[in-house]
Amino acid sequence: MQHIAIIGNGISGVTCARYIRKQNSDVKISIISGETSHFFSRTALMYIYMGHMKFEHTKPYEDSFWKKNGIELIHKYVTKVDTDNKSLLFEDDINLNYDKLILACGSKSNFFGWEGQDLKGVQGLYSFQDLQEMENNTTNVQHAVIVGGGLIGIEMAEMLRSRNIDVTFLVREGGFWRNVLAEQEAKLIERHIKEHHVELLMNTELDKIVDDGTGAVKSVITKDGKEIPCRFVGITAGVSPNISFLKDSKIETNRGILINEYFETNTADVYAIGDCAEFNTPVEGRRPLEQVWYTGRMHGQTLAQTICGTKTAYKPGPWFNSAKFFDIEYQNYGMIPADPAPNHEVFYWEDTTSKIALRANFDKASKKLIGLNVFGLRLRHELFDTWLKKGTSVEEVLVHLPDANFDPEFYKHYELDIINAYNQQYGTNLAPKKKSWKRILNNLKKLQNA
Amino acid sequence: MPDTDFSIAQPHPNKTDAVQKLGLAIAGIGVLILFLAIAQIELPDSGLMLWLSLGGIFIGTVIYAVRTYLTQPAGIKNNGVWFNSMTNRGALGWIAGIILTAFYVQLYWYPEYLGLGSDGASNKGIVALFDPLSKFFSGKPASQWFVYGTLYTVAILTLGIKFMLKYRHNRYQLIRTVVVMISQLFLAYLIPEILNGLNTEAAYYNKDIKYFWPLNYYFFEDWSLDAMRANGALGMSYLIWGIGMFTVITPFLSYFFGKRWYCSWVCGCGGLAETAGDPYRHLSSKKVSAWKIERYLIHAVLVFVTIMTIAVLYGYLSGTGKFLGLDTYKYFSRPYGFLIGAIFSGIIGVGFYPLMGNRVWCRFGCPLAAYMGIFQRFKSKFRITTNGGQCISCGNCSTYCEQGIDVRWYAQRGQNIVRSSCVGCGICSAVCPRGVLKLENGPEEGRINENPIQIGNDGIKVNN
Ligand SMILES: Cc1cc2nc3c(=O)[nH]c(=O)nc-3n(C[C@H](O)[C@H](O)[C@H](O)COP(=O)(O)OP(=O)(O)OC[C@H]3O[C@@H](n4cnc5c(N)ncnc54)[C@H](O)[C@@H]3O)c2cc1C
Ligand code: SF4
Ligand code: SF4
Repeated sequence: MQHIAIIGNGISGVTCARYIRKQNSDVKISIISGETSHFFSRTALMYIYMGHMKFEHTKPYEDSFWKKNGIELIHKYVTKVDTDNKSLLFEDDINLNYDKLILACGSKSNFFGWEGQDLKGVQGLYSFQDLQEMENNTTNVQHAVIVGGGLIGIEMAEMLRSRNIDVTFLVREGGFWRNVLAEQEAKLIERHIKEHHVELLMNTELDKIVDDGTGAVKSVITKDGKEIPCRFVGITAGVSPNISFLKDSKIETNRGILINEYFETNTADVYAIGDCAEFNTPVEGRRPLEQVWYTGRMHGQTLAQTICGTKTAYKPGPWFNSAKFFDIEYQNYGMIPADPAPNHEVFYWEDTTSKIALRANFDKASKKLIGLNVFGLRLRHELFDTWLKKGTSVEEVLVHLPDANFDPEFYKHYELDIINAYNQQYGTNLAPKKKSWKRILNNLKKLQNA
Repeated sequence: MPDTDFSIAQPHPNKTDAVQKLGLAIAGIGVLILFLAIAQIELPDSGLMLWLSLGGIFIGTVIYAVRTYLTQPAGIKNNGVWFNSMTNRGALGWIAGIILTAFYVQLYWYPEYLGLGSDGASNKGIVALFDPLSKFFSGKPASQWFVYGTLYTVAILTLGIKFMLKYRHNRYQLIRTVVVMISQLFLAYLIPEILNGLNTEAAYYNKDIKYFWPLNYYFFEDWSLDAMRANGALGMSYLIWGIGMFTVITPFLSYFFGKRWYCSWVCGCGGLAETAGDPYRHLSSKKVSAWKIERYLIHAVLVFVTIMTIAVLYGYLSGTGKFLGLDTYKYFSRPYGFLIGAIFSGIIGVGFYPLMGNRVWCRFGCPLAAYMGIFQRFKSKFRITTNGGQCISCGNCSTYCEQGIDVRWYAQRGQNIVRSSCVGCGICSAVCPRGVLKLENGPEEGRINENPIQIGNDGIKVNN
């Protein structure tokens, strides 16, 4: 029986294994991870620390699922990959042979060589072990500093605030998550962060971390010379592929493991998916590294086709993403740059009495919708998927916004406010169309039969 | 994987400020009076004491909740739920469970320990404490059921307000909770008490118009039917209404809205579960094995109540009081009342909130829920829609589903949730950090998508 070994039990590796198993019951599948024995949702790590869930709740499948589906779980670290002999070496010096190898080994936190970054109390947040370390590191902490204004940083801030720990948040850029968000939204989120009593320092970079004499952190010093006393430093300056164990292998790497559109590496029968993979030639409009949950899932689904004999290239549909900043939900459909490209026109609307906002970037000439961000509003994914694929104009999208509304029942509707703002800005005379189940379902049906 | 090291003792407790402490103290005095009364300690002026007690519980809790929630930005408030001994099946949870259970045991079987005076003796203890209020309605001293009904209503009102403050950003929760509070106060409490008070000589029958068969299992018993028949137009209206509720109105409303119109919007059991029981909703088991038990058990109760009722009706109409030669009281209605009415819906249903979650009865036992669930599953417009590919499998929805539905299992594969047990509380949708879930009523077509596709990926069409 052919043996498919998967290194990594995250969303990409697990999805790939599941979809291989669905189509093929004749292969042996092993999933290897040194982190946890079972798949858990990395995106839910924060909720364990905050006491919303226990670790067991973050496991998307009951433990019996794996045996039932004939997927073997190996809870060990791989230290070496020998592609000539198709063999893996584990930390305990035991070997395992494979016929096909799928690398789904994820990311690790970035540390940029700061002085004092190895002190006790300084850490990133990526793995379950990081979370356990954070639990220990924050036990008697009154004040913490977080370095890096992105998604994991704000999650860490929320985690620490849930335990009443004071937080100073250092952000290198002039606005929160400013490499992704535009100015107005960054400001909106910053106001909300402050509402949660986080001290937010923009345009502030970490210089070094100071030792208290026992090997633990005493304070941090910023590039402008300010010293902030703290017993915990969260480093959330992005992540990068976790590939150091491949150093001596013949697998070609750059920032990540280099792959083509079929997730094939330079070595036969070795593939890479998820956070650790880097496309030689990215799909148009996308980045070479895709480090989110959804792309990991799509990589896994696609590669499973190839492994099962239907060679299939990666062809993602329109980009989408979502996040939550303390209490503000964020949904995104279509890739939009933080600062508009030259051909982009931007429509921005914000409800001044609440924390609700919408941004639509569209093509200046054709008015075709390029992408849309919403804050504090929920929208139907399927409709935006279709609209973006079809090149629907921003005006048609706004007119049909009531169809896309996904907020809970009885919530206040903002479609009219939004369209009025648009009318005012562009001198149009649009009116929202009443929600139509028929249109919503027709679209779904088309997607299903596509 | 051990997770016991995650803050069993929260090292950074929320500080309770002076206003919160004041609220707790006032509510505490209210509760203390109840306990003193249960302990049969002589209290002066039971009228004043009753108002101090109920008023204290209400006002104190509201002060505490206002101070706690309005000082924070609106949003989901589940911090520390699994660290708190009261809500993680810790020592405090067990103590609360035992006290509640003991109270129910006394209520059903040993009301004399609560102070109920028998054979014309006057009330003592906590029953006596409620005499003034009972006399206000009917001129008669209180019974243990009057005490229970009053406390039940106070609990729903008080903790309903707390719940509304907690979910103040969510209008579905606000409106739903106002309706459930009003239903309890007027339909279940005030109107029946007033009607009973207007004619104290008439034989008793249930006057809560939203409490109907099969949840109200005694509706067709001889004494109940006799009482309605003997009570002129009002009694007849109740008889017709009770039958119409079950045969026409319930199927109709369940078709349009799912069973939520009842379970989380008007029902008294549901009302208590959603308000007083809210801190315990995450304790329901999500295991597939629990789902299996649920399906057997709840339908078994539905069959049981149906057989019991047929027997009782046969005995009544035939005038023999017997069904297949068996005494209908002894062999049918008494066992049902004991096993299901008292033990299951009362003692386990509420007493076990802190141990098994707030919907044990609704999920595993309620025959009305089973009946409506059949509509919800097979013939209804209600569903929880899953939003494309946006789920990150975090597990908040499943954890906080009081009915133990593994919502994530559907959401992560892009499938709508159509489950007979869903009571439409809307909490899964509220706690989802990615806006993936929407409770809605829509066309039946496309409601159940057994083979959902996961959108986001054009290269392949993957059926989950
Ligand atoms: C705190 C946090 C919050 C996030 N929130 C979001 C979000 O809201 N939305 C979103 O889209 N994305 C989010 N992400 C990103 C998302 O979690 C990742 O993109 C995704 O988990 C990557 O999945 P993966 O399968 O590629 O790898 P991983 O989930 O990283 O899995 C890789 C596994 O392989 C194991 N492994 C690696 N090397 C070896 C080896 N040599 N031997 C054995 N095992 C090995 C690792 O230990 C790990 O368990 C978040 C990430 C973090 C850390
Ligand atoms: S599925 Fe959602 S709405 Fe239904 S009972 Fe569970 S939490 Fe409530
Ligand atoms: S809460 Fe939302 S994102 Fe999390 S598992 Fe449920 S549906 Fe998915």
